[in-house]
Amino acid sequence: MVLKTEHLNYIYGAGTAFEKQALKDINLVIPENQFIGIIGHTGSGKSTLIQHLNGLIRATSGAIYADGKNIYEDGYDKKTLRSKVGLVFQYPEHQLFETDVFSDVCFGPKNLGLCTEEIEERAREALSQVGLDHSYYRKSPFELSGGQKRRVAIAGILAMHPEVLILDEPTAGLDPRGRDEILDQVARLREEQKITVLLVSHSMEDVANYVSRIIVMNRGQVLYDDVPSRVFEYYQELEKVGLAAPQVTYVIQTLKSQGWDIDTSVTTIEQAKQAILKALNS
Amino acid sequence: MKIIDGKNLKFEYVKWNEEGQVESSMKAVDGVDLDIEAGDFIAVLGHNGSGKSTLAKHINAILLPTEGSLYVDGKDTRDESKLWEIRQTAGMVFQNPDNQIIGTIVDEDVGFGPENMGIPKEEIWQRVEKSLKAVGMWEYRSHSPNKLSGGQKQRVAIAGVVAMQPKCIVLDEPTAMLDPNGRKEVIQTVRELNRQEKVTVILITHYMEEVIHADKVIVMDKGKVVMQGTPREIFSEVETLKHYRLDVPQVTLLAHELKQSGVDLPEGILTIEELTQALEKCRSGKKLR
Amino acid sequence: MLRDITLGQYYPAGSVIHKMDPRVKLVATLAFIASLFAFGSVSSYFVATIALAAVIKLSRVPFRFITKGLKAIIILMLITVIFNLFLTPGTPVAKLWKFTITIEGIRTAAFMAIRLIYLIIGSSVMTLTTTPNDLTDGMEQGLGFLNVFHVPVHEIAMMMSIALRFIPILMEETDKIMKAQMARGADFESGNLIQKAKNMVPLLVPLFISAFRRANDLAMAMEARGYHGGEGRTKMHPLEYKKTDKIAYLVLLVYLALMFLVSRYMKIETW
Repeated sequence: MVLKTEHLNYIYGAGTAFEKQALKDINLVIPENQFIGIIGHTGSGKSTLIQHLNGLIRATSGAIYADGKNIYEDGYDKKTLRSKVGLVFQYPEHQLFETDVFSDVCFGPKNLGLCTEEIEERAREALSQVGLDHSYYRKSPFELSGGQKRRVAIAGILAMHPEVLILDEPTAGLDPRGRDEILDQVARLREEQKITVLLVSHSMEDVANYVSRIIVMNRGQVLYDDVPSRVFEYYQELEKVGLAAPQVTYVIQTLKSQGWDIDTSVTTIEQAKQAILKALNS
Repeated sequence: MKIIDGKNLKFEYVKWNEEGQVESSMKAVDGVDLDIEAGDFIAVLGHNGSGKSTLAKHINAILLPTEGSLYVDGKDTRDESKLWEIRQTAGMVFQNPDNQIIGTIVDEDVGFGPENMGIPKEEIWQRVEKSLKAVGMWEYRSHSPNKLSGGQKQRVAIAGVVAMQPKCIVLDEPTAMLDPNGRKEVIQTVRELNRQEKVTVILITHYMEEVIHADKVIVMDKGKVVMQGTPREIFSEVETLKHYRLDVPQVTLLAHELKQSGVDLPEGILTIEELTQALEKCRSGKKLR
Repeated sequence: MLRDITLGQYYPAGSVIHKMDPRVKLVATLAFIASLFAFGSVSSYFVATIALAAVIKLSRVPFRFITKGLKAIIILMLITVIFNLFLTPGTPVAKLWKFTITIEGIRTAAFMAIRLIYLIIGSSVMTLTTTPNDLTDGMEQGLGFLNVFHVPVHEIAMMMSIALRFIPILMEETDKIMKAQMARGADFESGNLIQKAKNMVPLLVPLFISAFRRANDLAMAMEARGYHGGEGRTKMHPLEYKKTDKIAYLVLLVYLALMFLVSRYMKIETW
């Protein structure tokens, strides 16, 4: 599914003392099977933006096209949109409610009105996609660890067979290993299922290893929208809006300013290592 | 002077079944010796479920050891008559900023601890002012906590503990629910308290960048202390840390990788400056040859 | 938005009534309500009306805000009026199908309606002019004498203030949970009553679990900060009576005396 936003504006609490423009003229195209990172600090509008994409919030003005169809047109089926654009919220505690993991994952497909066999088939498939086997099916979701809860929450969305998967801070509160495991799993899923993944985060370092495009949000606007290495070149501007480029960017940029002949387009530790070795040996 | 002295601490979580029999038990803390000097900044690292939070709750006598002993400023935590003294000596800041603010207005919340201690009104207000200024939240004193950012809420929570004038503050993953800006705010506040007010700080975390400035780092795994040392010593052991489900700051990892590829760098590089300076040395060394 | 809803709908106007000690307002409201029931004559209601009107005028709260509270009790009021109207025995004046309306019925119905309306208006004036915090403080410090009757005044006040702090948080959380479930295709709007109730389960379970977790965390945080009940606690906002508060008490006494006197010696017989 291709998503396109056109002059999207959202004003929060219009007409009250709390009025605030949460989104300002957002124009984005989200093509199929891309891995995108949406970065911004709290209050930058990134959470508001993703809730527009599956129709949970209606824009004050502007339009969103899903496969060319305006989702604000009368008679547009929002429920189908929500199953095609799957949104996993930050805290899995906000959606887990059934007595066992398996039934919880069934909730989404059940709401789609599928038959029991299909529902269960999808739940099994989704749970295996997030790396949870049979031994978890009958466990209570509330007994699981933070990382496992998150997996169940993601499976709950995957079972609806989304074409676009949006993850809001999927690694918040996880320890380093837990974070890497979740992100690796998502990257694998995208490759296997050919879906689009939007990863919302406030950490550049986390997403730099995975995504091929970064959208930086600030004060409700898109500040940068480019490949990671190009975005990180603006590390000084990013700092001004309260964000930071990965540490490797700083290392490379410092070396460059010290007169090194070095490739500054690196984004990961591996690339940085190669670039430094090359510069040292030349 | 030792402020915290724990010997062979053990804590067991016991799950009871419906008949009242022990169904299962899990040792969350398993034979930990704690030895913390007054005025130190101690960081406790460990992955989720390593027992670090359970250990932290012992210092404030919220949990009592199943086995072993723990003395806080010379007071045994098992001595019930000393309970309120201990809680006043060792203040505690928790993970979720929303779930530890009691007052509906910032200054009221900061005064909650002193009110419980039975401090006279005038002194409460002096303490509230001093602690809110210490965390840089004085101008927000008449705000509702609900309108503050996560980092600001955590600073209010810290002020609430500071107002009780503790000798030691235990922070149990205070930054886990915050964004990078909030994290920076909180860590900076804690460091200043440690340096200026000489408060002993015990910071529980799994963010590696936050422990670089600690005097000592303790790494926990499966309820046991598995590594101990200065941040530099700890971060030189990249492979061991990975084994304990932890990672190191990107610069340290990059330095480690470069070293593996034969670049002559010192162990345990922690900051960007250290790395670039060391690399500069390598380059000029090569030029000379 | 959900998060801007506050309990008790305080209306900031900075009037004399607003600045008054919450204990005075609490006692006066209770005394006013008691007087409505104790002195049930036309002449004393005349006095009560004047008193109430004077307080409303002084409070500078627009009248439409004060009457908002009445909407909630319209049904209750209608039921009371109808019951009293038809079921009071006495001299019949009219007959409606099987029911007889009596003079006494009309009389009691009218009195009941006035009592209820004045009761709501009276307490609305109090909540509109007192912040929830002050109200809690006033309760704790003004009704402390109830401790003698084993009423846990401090605990009730503490619960009220915790509720005040957490209601907005839980409101916001409800909003988030609803959205998280709607993203999974949940529907909170359509269906009949039973269907709707069933659809609430995915919302209520996470909400309750979260509320319990918060309660648990909060209890621990309170203990860690040395909370051990109301005993030996000092207050950072101890309430102190000012001159206006003393005058207000005097005015209240005069009002009560007047009510007593007019109901006793100034019988206005309308029928």
